[in-house]
Amino acid sequence: MGGVSRATQGRPDITQWQAFWRGYLDAAPFILIIIPYSMLFGVVARDAGLDILQTISMTVIVIAGASQFTALALLQDNAPVLIALLVSLAVNLRMALYSAALVPYLGHARLGVRVLMAYLMVDQAFAVAVRTYEDNPEMSKSARVAYYFGCMMLVCPLWYASTIAGAVLGKAVPASWSFDFAVPVAFIAMLAPLLRSGPHIAAAFVSAVASLAFAWVPWSLGLIIAAICGILAGAQAELYLRRRAERGLA
Amino acid sequence: MISDTAFWALTVALGIGTFLIRFSFLGLLGRKTLPDWALLHLKYVGVAVFPALITPLAVWPAATGGTIDPLRIVAALVALAAGLRFGVIWAIIAGMGSLYLLQFLNHQI
Repeated sequence: MGGVSRATQGRPDITQWQAFWRGYLDAAPFILIIIPYSMLFGVVARDAGLDILQTISMTVIVIAGASQFTALALLQDNAPVLIALLVSLAVNLRMALYSAALVPYLGHARLGVRVLMAYLMVDQAFAVAVRTYEDNPEMSKSARVAYYFGCMMLVCPLWYASTIAGAVLGKAVPASWSFDFAVPVAFIAMLAPLLRSGPHIAAAFVSAVASLAFAWVPWSLGLIIAAICGILAGAQAELYLRRRAERGLA
Repeated sequence: MISDTAFWALTVALGIGTFLIRFSFLGLLGRKTLPDWALLHLKYVGVAVFPALITPLAVWPAATGGTIDPLRIVAALVALAAGLRFGVIWAIIAGMGSLYLLQFLNHQI
């Protein structure tokens, strides 16, 4: 992607259409992740007992894969709706950081446009867009907006279409395929790239141990307790490392 | 079985909540930034939520009636290793693939 972004450098006169297609192409490599991942959601949702309309509605209304898997797993586990909602929203909290990161580049757009941008804000396309904005500070405001929609316009229709394909195919998957296991595996796939540093690993480890220790707590509250333990462990580990680094310098 | 009421209540509320999270700064708060302590803890939300979901599912799977299935635990660890080394899609392929392989071998013995 770096190569493609560089092609726009030093060309502030890039038209909106050029920016749109540039975004479309820059987000293209993510097809390889989006298609199997959203198909998996379709299959797992049907396996959990949702009908095709419910499966598609969830994808269109929520349009955030990790939280959809989370909501599904907790519904299947008969967790109270409020707990399922809190945990699923926690999974999406990272997007508040995306939203903040986009303000300097896209905050100028009209309200209606920003509403649409917010709806379409997905991980992969966000990452591509912000990197391009940082690499190309001379990009015009309108080109940035067009580029953003170019990135999202590839990812979102594919996300819908592959979910439908998975939902239609899902019915044909027999129980002997152990597809229930696809849910923890999908979460593991989302977790692995997050384990970037010592504090991240500490947070994950503490949360895993606590989720077993607090599994007896009713209403799936053990999950929330475990997540909070993990968050505190990660933050404290980071503070500890910072203090140690400061002492090292002093 | 998932009840229709629970499904629609959760889906609609999650849809609205997720939209508001996405809209927050871009739509309403503008350049206001969060305090440092909030940013510090927000960074670890994802990495703390997923293990809390994964671990009970892998250790006490519903498919075996909640009894420990060593095959699933090994397959989960393989998926994690593949995810760390090769990325998202390989984690899924390695996790499901190793479970099928282990189940196949288990039937042979």
